Amino acid sequence: MSESFTLDGKTIPFAAGQTIIQAAADAGAWIPHLCYHPEFKPHGSCKLCTVKVNGRHMASCTTQAQAGQEVESNTDELNEERRTLLQMLFVEGNHFCPSCEKSGDCKLQATAYELGMMTPHFDHFYPNRPVDASHPDILLDFNRCILCSLCVRASRDVDEKCVFALSGRGIDTRLIVNAASGRLEDTDVALTDKAMQVCPVGAILRKGKGFAVPIRQRTYDRSPISDIALKETSLALPAVENKP
Amino acid sequence: MSYHLETADKPEQLRRVAIDPVSRVEGHGKVTLLMDEANKVQQVRLHIVEFRGFEKFIQGRPYWEVPVMVQRLCGICPVSHHLAASKAMDVIVGVNCLTPTAEKIRRLMHYGQMLQSHALHFFHLCSPDLLFGFDSDVGKRNIVGVAEKYPETARRGVLIRKFGQEVIRMTAGKRIHGTGSIPGGVNKSLSIEERDQLLKDVYQIVGWSRDAVHMARELHETDPSTYNSFGIFSSHFMSLIGKSGEMDFYDGKLRARDEQGNIFFDAVPPADYEKYIQEEVKAWSYMKFPFFKSLGKEHGWYKVGPLARVQNCNSIPSPLADAERREFIDYAGGLPMHAALAYHWTRMIEMLHAAETIKDLLHDPDILGHDLLLSGERKAEGVGMIEAPRGTLIHHYGVDENDLVTMCNLIVSTTHNNQAMNEAIRHVARRYLYGREVTEGLLNHIEVAIRAYDPCLSCATHALGKMPLTVELRDCEGRLLHALSRDA
Repeated sequence: MSESFTLDGKTIPFAAGQTIIQAAADAGAWIPHLCYHPEFKPHGSCKLCTVKVNGRHMASCTTQAQAGQEVESNTDELNEERRTLLQMLFVEGNHFCPSCEKSGDCKLQATAYELGMMTPHFDHFYPNRPVDASHPDILLDFNRCILCSLCVRASRDVDEKCVFALSGRGIDTRLIVNAASGRLEDTDVALTDKAMQVCPVGAILRKGKGFAVPIRQRTYDRSPISDIALKETSLALPAVENKP
Repeated sequence: MSYHLETADKPEQLRRVAIDPVSRVEGHGKVTLLMDEANKVQQVRLHIVEFRGFEKFIQGRPYWEVPVMVQRLCGICPVSHHLAASKAMDVIVGVNCLTPTAEKIRRLMHYGQMLQSHALHFFHLCSPDLLFGFDSDVGKRNIVGVAEKYPETARRGVLIRKFGQEVIRMTAGKRIHGTGSIPGGVNKSLSIEERDQLLKDVYQIVGWSRDAVHMARELHETDPSTYNSFGIFSSHFMSLIGKSGEMDFYDGKLRARDEQGNIFFDAVPPADYEKYIQEEVKAWSYMKFPFFKSLGKEHGWYKVGPLARVQNCNSIPSPLADAERREFIDYAGGLPMHAALAYHWTRMIEMLHAAETIKDLLHDPDILGHDLLLSGERKAEGVGMIEAPRGTLIHHYGVDENDLVTMCNLIVSTTHNNQAMNEAIRHVARRYLYGREVTEGLLNHIEVAIRAYDPCLSCATHALGKMPLTVELRDCEGRLLHALSRDA
């Protein structure tokens, strides 16, 4: 590991093949992200990890680290853009944190706190999205889905089930399940699946377990997401390859 | 059915006077008076002008989310909704009896809630009327005025409330809108450090609460002609009663007494409430009008809350509060007290009971236990009932086989008192306003009658109402640069 780039002026060494976000995490620098997960191949869709590489906007989860890059991340300009992205995610779904059981454990909420998002700013879409409660153990609440595709990648690449997929395009993109009925009960999803562990928001939930952890003991009550995310990275398994 | 002063014969020919919003109550409401040319009152109505819709939008949500979601009805007593919904969901998850730790933590949470809510109401919202007079200078008739003239009273009010909120924080996780109670139990108990922190102050709180009872009593004794008859409305009473006929805010069965104090029904399980209570809708208010089915909507009105509870129970299971209860019953002379202002006296008796109960629970080792949660056989329907600060609170849910809520019926405490509040303000209007030129002080008499019931009109928080306010911007040398004033 002899080559390096700079991130906000700090020298970051990297190994061949690493992306900017991977190298930054290894060096203890957090770049905000939602759809990136160290155990999966990057998807590059949420754009929250966008940084400036030699002055150009690039998604740090999909951009290879190269020697001599000058990378900016924690700047007023980029953080303002990230807040705008977060605001759009909040208003596109129905994210009612006060009654959401993922509150305190939610990466979307924690990132918004960390980046100082104070209001939704935009008009809420209030989309009419039903809840799929057909499975006896798992609740699928589409209201909170941010289309990060982590469940898609986990189910396909680790569970080898392909239970989840993203369907449609643009603003009509939505999460679907692999069953002719369209209902989760008719898939072979199981509580033990990796797909059950990766949802960053409150879209995929274990039934009947909500609010079991008291306030002050939830994930992001203890530490900010900037610390927690780095710990997750250090404990993560190597990223799996995409399956055809 | 139309009641005296509810609907005028020819409203289009009358002058309209509105109190909008009613101040120093929780939530938004207004009073309208229709008066003829001689200032004779022809119509008086308390309108609730907000529509919340919780009963509808809770449908389709998972049952375990409900106790956290529905408490957003209220910023003053969210614990009541949190616990009433939890009790209904206990039934849904098949738990008829909680672990000792879970039940006592919930009780601690609830009695902390009673303490803080009663303190808020008496000291912050009502003491300005009671200490300064109903038609005193409106500029002083607020908690800031109380703090200036009676600083120790105001200080105690603030600190009693703060203590109650700390009890809530330690049991629910937050002072407002916590998550401590979950279907089948609780998610935390108290640590030794938390318990000791509360124990440090609880004896002082009991003492101050006892003083507050005496303060309320002295108000009655100083001016009995006003306090014993202001806004009086004879009706039935209803509240939950414990197993031995004692006062119990957390659990029990329904008991009602008639206006003479005779038991009208007793030992009614919460799940059977629909056999006894029905609700009527009127076009001019978003708040329903419940009544006892067997008496019909003409005669079936009743009161809930402190005045009902203190006179409905056989005893209060804490010695200081029970002694005060007996004093109150003696003062009333053997017959039920129906005067609106007697709510304050009984509310302070309840606050004392809450403080004593918190003290006892803090000495109970079960609150430090770790056996928090039970489960059982799933049910499709559950009713949860609790005595909230303002009266009996009913939560009723249906849940389908996929764990989603299909039906929700909430009868909140203030709703039970709807007709009583309307009758109280009509009584006040007849007595104080009839044929007189309307002034702010006279209109405040109407508000005093409403405040006595401590209504939570929308279950929202607007503690200080529309107070007079002046904001001044001064430079570093004290020169006035800009001033902004809002009149009361």
